[in-house]
Amino acid sequence: MTTLTPTEAVRRAAGFSHVVVSFVDPDGYPTSVAAEFTTDPTASTITVGPVDASALPRTPSNLCLTVSHIRPQPGVGYDERRYVNLWGDGRIEGDTLTVTVEQASGWDEADVPFFEYAERGVPIAQKYFDDVGSKPRLSRWWKFFLATRLPFLTATVVPIALGGAVAAYDGAFAWGWWILALVAGCAVHLGLNIANDLFDDASGADAANTTPTPFSGGSRVMQYGLVSRRAMVGACTGLYGLAIVIGLGLAAARGWDLLAIGVAGVALSLAYTAPPFRLVHRGLGEPVTALGFGPVMALGAYVCAQAWSWDAVYASLPVAILIALVLYVNQIPDRLGDAASGKRTLIVRWSAQRVERAYAAATILAFALIALGPVLGITPWWTLLALVTAPMARSVHRGIQANYEQPYALMPAMQTNIGLHLFTGLLLVAGYVVATL
Amino acid sequence: MTSLRGILPAPVEDLLDVALVGELTVVDASGRPVTYPLIPLYDGRHIFMTSAVLFSRKLRHIKANPKVSVSLTDPVGVPATPFARATIQGDARVVEDDLHSGWEALLPLWRAKEPVIDTFVKKRFGIPLFFERSIIEIAPRRVLYWPGGDTTAPPQVFTLEEAGR
Repeated sequence: MTTLTPTEAVRRAAGFSHVVVSFVDPDGYPTSVAAEFTTDPTASTITVGPVDASALPRTPSNLCLTVSHIRPQPGVGYDERRYVNLWGDGRIEGDTLTVTVEQASGWDEADVPFFEYAERGVPIAQKYFDDVGSKPRLSRWWKFFLATRLPFLTATVVPIALGGAVAAYDGAFAWGWWILALVAGCAVHLGLNIANDLFDDASGADAANTTPTPFSGGSRVMQYGLVSRRAMVGACTGLYGLAIVIGLGLAAARGWDLLAIGVAGVALSLAYTAPPFRLVHRGLGEPVTALGFGPVMALGAYVCAQAWSWDAVYASLPVAILIALVLYVNQIPDRLGDAASGKRTLIVRWSAQRVERAYAAATILAFALIALGPVLGITPWWTLLALVTAPMARSVHRGIQANYEQPYALMPAMQTNIGLHLFTGLLLVAGYVVATL
Repeated sequence: MTSLRGILPAPVEDLLDVALVGELTVVDASGRPVTYPLIPLYDGRHIFMTSAVLFSRKLRHIKANPKVSVSLTDPVGVPATPFARATIQGDARVVEDDLHSGWEALLPLWRAKEPVIDTFVKKRFGIPLFFERSIIEIAPRRVLYWPGGDTTAPPQVFTLEEAGR
């Protein structure tokens, strides 16, 4: 609940249909009676009544007045939830009770969305768990799902699929090597997600963020007490270890060029968030993400064909830009927590207007690269299929403009932005596949 | 519909059967009443409410002072026909031995009022601490009942000496 001044609380109370007066009766039980009321914000008073005198306290002190509103939405839940508690002493005149408000608190989901309200309660939950000697529970599968942020694997699948598709177009695709590259890429990505949580937890960035969304703010499994730091370190080490073992095997079997790509991928993923580099703290998160989840992943998949390809690099550039924009937009709700912990992302550094303009410019560049590829003879004409997702970029841009200050209202735009990367990448892959057939 | 299945006066049970919101009032450490809007559930013997650990201050208050009341006052949150108002005083007990799934024993009562709860429970992984919950079990002692919701008239008072025992 948010603490309110008496004047503000009385002003807010004026909009409710009735008030509930609560007091402690002579037997020590709280009791309550509802009635109509009028308010005087300037005097910070609420006058309740008419109400039967037998239902009122004998000594009108230490009173709690509550106004509450909720709108049940059948099949959905509730909305328009808001309530205010006001405390003070009163005086009874006939069948009315006038209370001078001294303290007040309340919640209005129009001001503090439910998810933020719940997030603010995490310290209270932690204390409660400690008091009762319990811990929150979740199945191993869901812990893994949350801790690794599994749905974001599309960021890895798309460039590796694209690298494989370019290799197939060049007549050099091999399923077995490609699958190994995919597993290694996924392991690095999941390891990176966990590493990012570990470092954001250590820096306080995640704890300072009270507006996490399904797309931003980290997995929060450590903040919620679902997974220990030790377990996260173990999972992170294991995933990176798996990626390194596969990478060394691929390099030994298919050429040591792959080793350079693998080393670059692992190094970028660690430098992204780990000290001393912490590139994301220096406003370099987007270019690092673009490089790692664009050319590095695509080339890694392509080089399994035992050759370098600048065409594969070019083909991955739109995907690289769009995945960097996923990170970019997802950092908008995190910016206050990021700024508080010294994580100076581009979003923290730039004004809202500049953020919007840069998004527009970057998406234009991504689609221009797609359009120019066939004209320059680099990519097949069928890859122009990917241009059909351009309206999604416009939709995301509008969402950013409309909801920059509202993390939860921004969620549809964040979701569309992830879809923009996924569908554009898959259509590029489809373009190569059709051209290969 | 009038029910005759529990320890409370039938018109009060009718209110509890449809109430989507009731006001739970507890007494804090300073002796001050504090009110929380919650969904009340009723099995004919006890009134049950649940509290997510995220909002567990009320549980601390109850454990220190178990005397509570539940009021049914809002025509929107209590869509009863005819409308009435009631305040039920009682002794509360916090059940917190299985925060993860103990409260699921109340799902049949909850589902009857709010079928959408099943959808939310299936998605509990999305907001896991919201579904770590304690049960507030209230044994009613005394009831104030206002027919028609008219609190300008004296309430009907019912004392339940053996309730909940």
